[in-house]
Amino acid sequence: MSQPRCFQDIILALQSYWAEAGCAVLQPYDMEVGAGTFHPATTLRALGPTRWSAAYVQPSRRPTDGRYGDSPNRWQHYYQFQVIIKPSPPDLQELYLGSLKAIGIDTDLHDIRFVEDDWESPTLGAWGLGWEVWCDGMEVSQFTYFQQVGGHDCHPVSGELTYGLERLAMYVLGYDDGNAMPFNPPDSPIPLTYGDVFREAEAQYARWNFDVADTETLLQHFKDAEAECARILAAPADDPKTGRHIVMAQPAYDQAIKASHVFNLLDARGVISVTERQAYIGRVRALTKMCADAFLQTAAGGHAA
Amino acid sequence: MPDLLIELFSEEIPARMQARAAQDLRQRVTDGLVEAGLTYSHAGAFATPRRLTLALEGVLDRSPDTREERKGPKVGAPDKAIEGFLRGAGVAREDLEVRDDKKGQVYFAVIDRPGRPAAEIVAEVLEDTIRNFPWPKSMRWGAGTLRWVRPLHRILCILPREDGAEVVPLTVDGITAGDVTEGHRFMAPGEIRVTGFEDYAAKLKRAKVVLDPEERADAIWNDATNMAFAAGLEVVEDRGLLSEVAGLVEWPVVLMGKIDEAYLDLPPEVLQTSMREHQKFFSVRDPKSGQITRFITVANRETADDGATILSGNRRVLSARLADGAFFWQNDLRVARDAKMQPWIDALADVTFHAKLGTEADRVARIAALARELAPSVGADPDAAEQAARIAKADLVSEMVYEFPELQGVMGRYYALEAGFSAAIADAVAEHYAPLGPSDTVPTAPVSVAVSLAEKIDKLTGFWAIDEKPTGSKDPFALRRAALGVIRLVLSNDLRLPLSRYFAEPAEASDLLAFFHDRLKVHLRDEGIRHDVIDACLAMPGNDDLTLLVKRARALADFLKTDDGENLLQGFKRANNILTQAEEKDGVEYSFGADVKFAETDEERALFAALDAEGPRIEAAMQAEDFGAAMGALAQLRAPIDAFFEAVQVNADAQVVRRNRLNLLSRIRRLCLDVADLTRIEG
Repeated sequence: MSQPRCFQDIILALQSYWAEAGCAVLQPYDMEVGAGTFHPATTLRALGPTRWSAAYVQPSRRPTDGRYGDSPNRWQHYYQFQVIIKPSPPDLQELYLGSLKAIGIDTDLHDIRFVEDDWESPTLGAWGLGWEVWCDGMEVSQFTYFQQVGGHDCHPVSGELTYGLERLAMYVLGYDDGNAMPFNPPDSPIPLTYGDVFREAEAQYARWNFDVADTETLLQHFKDAEAECARILAAPADDPKTGRHIVMAQPAYDQAIKASHVFNLLDARGVISVTERQAYIGRVRALTKMCADAFLQTAAGGHAA
Repeated sequence: MPDLLIELFSEEIPARMQARAAQDLRQRVTDGLVEAGLTYSHAGAFATPRRLTLALEGVLDRSPDTREERKGPKVGAPDKAIEGFLRGAGVAREDLEVRDDKKGQVYFAVIDRPGRPAAEIVAEVLEDTIRNFPWPKSMRWGAGTLRWVRPLHRILCILPREDGAEVVPLTVDGITAGDVTEGHRFMAPGEIRVTGFEDYAAKLKRAKVVLDPEERADAIWNDATNMAFAAGLEVVEDRGLLSEVAGLVEWPVVLMGKIDEAYLDLPPEVLQTSMREHQKFFSVRDPKSGQITRFITVANRETADDGATILSGNRRVLSARLADGAFFWQNDLRVARDAKMQPWIDALADVTFHAKLGTEADRVARIAALARELAPSVGADPDAAEQAARIAKADLVSEMVYEFPELQGVMGRYYALEAGFSAAIADAVAEHYAPLGPSDTVPTAPVSVAVSLAEKIDKLTGFWAIDEKPTGSKDPFALRRAALGVIRLVLSNDLRLPLSRYFAEPAEASDLLAFFHDRLKVHLRDEGIRHDVIDACLAMPGNDDLTLLVKRARALADFLKTDDGENLLQGFKRANNILTQAEEKDGVEYSFGADVKFAETDEERALFAALDAEGPRIEAAMQAEDFGAAMGALAQLRAPIDAFFEAVQVNADAQVVRRNRLNLLSRIRRLCLDVADLTRIEG
């Protein structure tokens, strides 16, 4: 790959690199999530004995990070590129460094470092050990060996890589203002910057997230998602219609994702106190745990029929 | 005698764990070898981000043969006993020897253990070490079950000999030991075969790896200080950062860069903290202005452009970070200047301090009231003390402290000044957390002292009230530190402060005071004052006045070190014992009415005279809290007391004489006990 010229070149380069490395290149999950890890291709597939290998871009939302499109490096909607391989291959670090070369980082000129950073997601009941990867003092990725997800020990262990695409692209392309960074090649008939694509939406969402979203409705959505998740999982495994063993882990997990996002919205609206915060996180964790338990009862989760 | 070289090569080991891990490797392997009879003459342990290395010199070729003789049951003992003995010794019946003993013939087992080759022992010990390594946090990877701090890739384990190295046969979870390592990840990738430690260290250096962390740290510090010196600047010393950075690189390359002009006006603490915490940069200071103007970063490689790309990248990252810092700083200054910090003070009502102790705002109100109350005792203006307490916690909700919690207080001082408060109040905001550790500086400015005391006393009484006291090693709210803080504040400022007055509930008060006394004992122990000396003083009235208490304890400790003190103590104990026995026997208390007219000997009369002379002096000295003088006066009693016991039989036949003598002893007892409870002194 030649030197990337724009944001999408970085995405395309990562996709083709990891496709070449043997990953199934998936598409984003069609729900609002706070990070690429929430994609069932990571959270659920990290569970159980079945081998797995996937890479995908995941649009992610963090309502509290909204700056009305005015910040050069913070958006409430942003992209992560996620790679997950189970079991983690012995040369995962080398593979990762190859991906940096693929997006134009010359490791002969730059200083790449693996700096201790243990990862934990209280809402997913998950943790792992690994590093944040530094390029010339800048964090360009998270590198994690999953040890536990949904309260279950991971065996085998998945290796997970997360690239924060905006920051990485800004660095590689040499932009201090992310909104000014080209999204498509600057010599395109209609060149677009990152700001052209997202700035307007950022302002709209920031206003809605911070001031307009109806908290009563959101609180109800949270309760509804919580109840539906539990109801789905309470259904017997044997489907009376088809007579098959169908544990509905993923539809239930969708509800957990929904609850998690609604919680983030409530947080941005400022209606969750410090003490309540912990309680909400605990409730979401309880949901993801139940979903993880259920996934292990499915064939994909290694359950023998 | 051969050497032994071990290297455990892995993915990047967290910097903070490396030094300890190298020591643990040395400890576990050498302990294991020695236990198996394999001694060595010298051991060296090293760590880099990717390897733990242990080099032993003078290891035995094989463990020595050993012979152990065990005495067994008597010949003719029951079969059961003999079988038990055979099992324990691990020998067969026909191997037993019969020997003559004092009590007849006895079985002996002679157990011969042939020595084993070093390689066999090393393999066992190393496998055990790897499988049970005490990492603070370890993980699994891939499909394996082995735990290590990060994936373990290679085991190098050789016994170097003149005719080439012997690879120790060992396989742990699929990793087979060899004589191969790797150089620097980027500058010298690929395998390196080694034959011994010197060869290993030399080849690593050629492959851009400095094995010894000390050497890396020294190189970093030398280059950094030289570079700064050449520019007329100086590096801000930071030992912790230096050892961390030395643990992040195998081939340190020091680079110095300029901080963007736009950020030079940020407070030096902000620059330093932001650079250290986020970027692991050293700060470089202009010695004339004290301003931080440059940074030093340590890269892990040389590059064709002499680090230009790396430095410019680091500078960009730093500028982005400092842009955040400057943004917080400007926003915060606006709140301080325009609103006198009031929005923050209000916001503390939304910050929970502890579920059972209310919000930070509740706490601030309590501290303010207490600071006001304490102010006169510490020589502070009550209004200033209260005001300082009211704004002391405001910076907790400022943007800067939210980002860098370690700047609490420091930022508060800047903001208080910006809001127009006096320097004394601003200093109190900065200093009210101090002293944080046993060696941290103790505030001396009266307003600072008042707020600092109030902050800690409130914390202690609060957690005592909800029964959240420290237990064993658990002290999540750092209450021991708070108590020690109070103690150091009181003692180093010579404060007269009966603490109990500030403890709310009497029931908790005595328990909390006992907690203070325990901390005080620990504190004074470091000063060399014995715990029984402190106990003797604790038993006296006014023991919640720590300054008085310590004055007494120091005087008593000094006194007991003198001959007079030691002998007086013995005299007191003798008097006290005789009295106590007599009182128990007679069922009365001898405490009054000794009269010189019943004295029969000169020694008795001399003691009366001495007590009459020294008694008022001791009392006067005690009134003046001059414990040194009181004990000096007590010392005058030593000779008459010694002479009295030498010449006089207390339990005389004549009841009048006996009673009189007992009452005389009680005068000694009372005088001594007025000074300190000498019954608690050991020895």
